[in-house]
Amino acid sequence: MRELRIHGRGGQGSVTAAELIAVAAFEGGVFAQAFPAFGVERRGAPVQAFVRFDDKKIRKRSQVYEPDYIIVQDSTLIKDVNVFMGVKLGGIVIVNTEKKPDYKVPDGVKLITIDATSIALKAIGLPITNTSLMGAFAAASGEIQFSALEKALNHRFPKELAAKNIDAARVAFDIVKGAA
Amino acid sequence: MMEITEGSHAVAEAVRLCRPQVISAYPITPQTHIVEALAEFVANCQLDAEYITVENELSALSACVGASAAGSRTYSATTSQGLMLMAEVCFNAAGMRLPIVMSIANRAMGAPLSIWNDQQDSISLRDSGWLQFYAEDNQEATDLHVLAYKVAEDHSIQLPAFVCFDGFILSHTYEPVDMLTQEDVDKYLPKFNPLERLDAADPISFGMYATPDYYLEFRYEMDQAQKRAKAVIAKAGKEFGAMFGRDYSALIEGYRLEDADTAIIAMGSICGTIKDSIDEMRAEGKKVGLLKIRVFRPFPGEEIAKMLSHVKRVAVLDKNISLGAKGATVMEIRNALYGSSIPVKGYVLGLGGRDVRKRDLKEIVALCEKGPGDQFYGLRKELI
Repeated sequence: MRELRIHGRGGQGSVTAAELIAVAAFEGGVFAQAFPAFGVERRGAPVQAFVRFDDKKIRKRSQVYEPDYIIVQDSTLIKDVNVFMGVKLGGIVIVNTEKKPDYKVPDGVKLITIDATSIALKAIGLPITNTSLMGAFAAASGEIQFSALEKALNHRFPKELAAKNIDAARVAFDIVKGAA
Repeated sequence: MMEITEGSHAVAEAVRLCRPQVISAYPITPQTHIVEALAEFVANCQLDAEYITVENELSALSACVGASAAGSRTYSATTSQGLMLMAEVCFNAAGMRLPIVMSIANRAMGAPLSIWNDQQDSISLRDSGWLQFYAEDNQEATDLHVLAYKVAEDHSIQLPAFVCFDGFILSHTYEPVDMLTQEDVDKYLPKFNPLERLDAADPISFGMYATPDYYLEFRYEMDQAQKRAKAVIAKAGKEFGAMFGRDYSALIEGYRLEDADTAIIAMGSICGTIKDSIDEMRAEGKKVGLLKIRVFRPFPGEEIAKMLSHVKRVAVLDKNISLGAKGATVMEIRNALYGSSIPVKGYVLGLGGRDVRKRDLKEIVALCEKGPGDQFYGLRKELI
């Protein structure tokens, strides 16, 4: 079983990202489970959402403490929340930032930084970073196919909005693929 | 067909397929997504039902009582404080023998305010006369609604039913669910055909005054119907299995229990995590098994006693507490095992959404093997 933990702030679409990643994984023939760690439902408050991937039915219901993957939607969270906690050796951390990192991920963990905010502003016109980060996650992890993500986005959003979000996801996907 | 969807949505879809004629509910976290989806189904003509919007839960269930007495298949959903506001009507619905089905997205009781999961809400109404089903995953949460209508409406039962599934842990989780089809549900669940209904042309009364000469017998009849429900669930659950491939004829289920020394007893979504932890403990050579309770009312005491006859000890997990006594389940298990020498140890855990991990379950098994039970598990000592 592989596990993903998404850190974000209320309003950034972390829960939606988890759901869409699970939908895309299921589309690819994998058992997936997505759920939020519901806290106080406020914009800007730190939130977490989780995804599990497995080849068989997933029974476990506890939260994710030792993720294979971490997505950080807002790098300002890093000073407030221990976002890298429990990440597995060989794991991948994706951080949305335009800056050079002034923090360290644990040894043996791969850090990918991507300026998802600029990508989102350009493609969608709003600083909603979740779809760009989904694209980056698809490229970095291989857990979901880009075509499945595209399908999930088309299913969730009206046509025009879906197209913009798919653009954002594709830009991020290509950047991460290109860097690999 | 397998689909990946949110638990609340899967439940709403199952309810839609049951063709309720009247729905009345009041939104409350974490139940809201269910009633939002159903309101949408009605607005989009995907469900031919009267959706009655009301000012609170007391009115919601009251509307269902009237509609059910008039001969309609009715549905509601709530949780926590919302259920408590319905409490008076819950007793009336059962006493009037109205087979209303209601989803409970289980949530802790305030105060202090908590929107998170435990099972205190539905457990607190265990004596109201409603049947109580508990789901382990979203497949069960979906299926049990269809089963609940079949059992509740059976002429030998005529009692309302709670279908309980853990708030957030199931209601807000996306996972694959084998969605039922209208054609199959129509074949399985006949139209609602109550023995008695309100009819202006042939007037009768529901919920009348019962003097001391009559009341005791009414309660006896309700208790008899609860007891008959065991056989009706067995039959309806078997039929469900024949039609949909998932057999719910048993009120309890064992997991690696046949040769277990230690049995864990639990209800609801925690059973999934327990199964994973049991596989790990088995790999370490520990003979641990699970007894899952799917139906809490009627309580399958005799069936449980039979299934546990070979175990050396029992750890009962309660996501509720009867304050001043013990968890509701451990009290039932002690009663069921009366006269047996098997030690029964109770652990209250997971209240108000406290996460339960595999390592917690291993620790509980270790505690059960050597230490005392009847305790809260996972207390933060620094806060007491």
